[in-house]
Amino acid sequence: MSLDLPLGSPSGLSTAEPVLAVEDLRTYLYTRWGTTKAVDGVSFTLKAGETLGIIGESGSGKSMLALSLVRLTPEPAGRIVGGKVVLNGRDVLELTEKQMRDVRGKEISMILQDPQQSLNPVFSVGNQLEEAIRVHDRDIDDAEVRERSVNALKSVHVPAPERRLKNFPHQMSGGMKQRIVGAMAMAYQPQVLIADEPTTALDVTIQAQYLRLLKDLQRRTGVGIIVITHDFGVVAETCDRVAVMYAGRFVEQAPVGEIFDRPRHPYTRALLDSRPKVDLKATRLQSIEGQPPSLTDLPPGCRFAVRCSYAIDKCHLEYPHPIEVAHDHVSACWRSEEVPWESP
Amino acid sequence: MSVSNQPTRAVNEPTDMLETSFDIQGHAVSRPWWKLRPRRSMRVPWISIFIVLFVLVLPAIFADLITSHDPLRGVLGDRLAPPFWMEGGSWTYPLGADKQGRDILTRIIYGARISLTVSGLTIVIGAVVGSTLGLLAGYFGGWIDRFVSWLIDTFLSLPHVLLALVIVAAIGPSFVTIVAIIAITIWASFARQVRGETLSVRETEYVARARVAGTPPWRILMRHVLPNVANTLIVLATLQVGVVILEESSLSFIGAGIPRPNPSWGVMVADGRDQILISWWISFFPGLCILLVVLSLNLMGDWLRDFLDPRMRQRGR
Repeated sequence: MSLDLPLGSPSGLSTAEPVLAVEDLRTYLYTRWGTTKAVDGVSFTLKAGETLGIIGESGSGKSMLALSLVRLTPEPAGRIVGGKVVLNGRDVLELTEKQMRDVRGKEISMILQDPQQSLNPVFSVGNQLEEAIRVHDRDIDDAEVRERSVNALKSVHVPAPERRLKNFPHQMSGGMKQRIVGAMAMAYQPQVLIADEPTTALDVTIQAQYLRLLKDLQRRTGVGIIVITHDFGVVAETCDRVAVMYAGRFVEQAPVGEIFDRPRHPYTRALLDSRPKVDLKATRLQSIEGQPPSLTDLPPGCRFAVRCSYAIDKCHLEYPHPIEVAHDHVSACWRSEEVPWESP
Repeated sequence: MSVSNQPTRAVNEPTDMLETSFDIQGHAVSRPWWKLRPRRSMRVPWISIFIVLFVLVLPAIFADLITSHDPLRGVLGDRLAPPFWMEGGSWTYPLGADKQGRDILTRIIYGARISLTVSGLTIVIGAVVGSTLGLLAGYFGGWIDRFVSWLIDTFLSLPHVLLALVIVAAIGPSFVTIVAIIAITIWASFARQVRGETLSVRETEYVARARVAGTPPWRILMRHVLPNVANTLIVLATLQVGVVILEESSLSFIGAGIPRPNPSWGVMVADGRDQILISWWISFFPGLCILLVVLSLNLMGDWLRDFLDPRMRQRGR
């Protein structure tokens, strides 16, 4: 198969400078009911060819974090109030809106939550793909655009690309549309690709296929991928590193194996325990008691303390700053050392 | 033993374009489209199209080929000639003549030209201005939206006829004045409709995807929003042709529209007012044209709305 994509560094082996470094990012939503601290001091780095999974329950601020990285927080309520998002060596929060438009799609790209709806129903797929190819490159000629769109479809393994280009979105299956959205996001070979719950709208077999496709694209282009999900299965299959998000903050960050084998934060432990298990007899699923705190009225201490079975008085009063508990493994808990590795 | 080889018998007759009927085994029976009885709202309004074509569009285009009479200058000797079927009527003046001996049919034909030009111009101006403002307001929101919405509310609440009378009283009736007056009264309905649709299209995933890809706002508006509100625009424009013709006729009737001696349908109805009991044909025929054309345009608009709406096509009766 001929591909016009250059070979990048293979997944997981990169030791280069991070392509994306986020430092103390804060995004608040100013609503009439008060200020919601959707993202409240998040820091992480992403290297080329690396996949970072961000996992958390609904309302933990995952999607707001993703939108903040491309500076598309909902207007006028959402505002990035602090921090740095250093992409390819410069802080994108300091760019003008016009400069930012050049960055989107070219250096940082995104696959949205519902790719089924990500294609405009009134235009053919080819038309929209060509549009995506021309966004930052107004004067390439038609023949080249055509060739590039055929190649883009080939790179996401769409069979008979010439014929598929003439199809309209409603004539395609969900998995096919998803690949095309992927091809559009990769049109400019960005250094960072954010996939916001990329597989929630797909059935299980297509999910696995799509995740393999993403990894394949990453192997060829060396793109750094951020996968946002609430599914540990997706994390296990795609990610090199995992960050667990709770109430606007990262509570634990570690390589994927560490998270599964040696979780050091009670919340991660609880999340892992609440997965359905294949090897055990069918019992009721474990759940985490209580509700996540309201992001408008946060406690001064650890945000998980009220639901945590390890909580001590200190947890309710003082915020536990993230500490490195092992190599490349950060946990924000006063009792990190005491969390059991195995399910109790 | 294969069941599908047996001739299939339709148990229930298909009643709808997309209603499927089933045979005894429960297999869906597909029928060629020409055997399907279309749903009421899907029927093409041929009569309306015929009327609009033959009363409005064709006469307006071929006016000087159809008739040899002068629409402005009459033969005084033939004044108040009745239609051909009445006593004293002749085929020279098929629908009779008015007080100045001008052929009614000729004036109706030339009047169609005025109606078509006025509605064409006002709708193009109104649609362009209205949808531009509606797109901007719906997409950007904020102060633009507040300002445009305020403008829309203001213009929709203006008394149109009164406004027209004031303007005409100030600068005198003319073709340009009437086009301007109608255009400023109809842009607001376009703007309101387009703004509403834009608000919903703006929230779609494909607009979000385009924004994430770095597409500039004006391109998103032209490529993604406008094509998706085009259906509504077409329907609204069709319905507005009737409204404009009615408005132009009304304004012309009260003397605030097309200046005499131009043959606007409204002017003609007004001209026959004082003769209505004796020479009824002077007012009757132009009035009938207004009625038929406006009614047909409304029926066409209703049909177009159903036809272009994908949800209507899938729903049962």
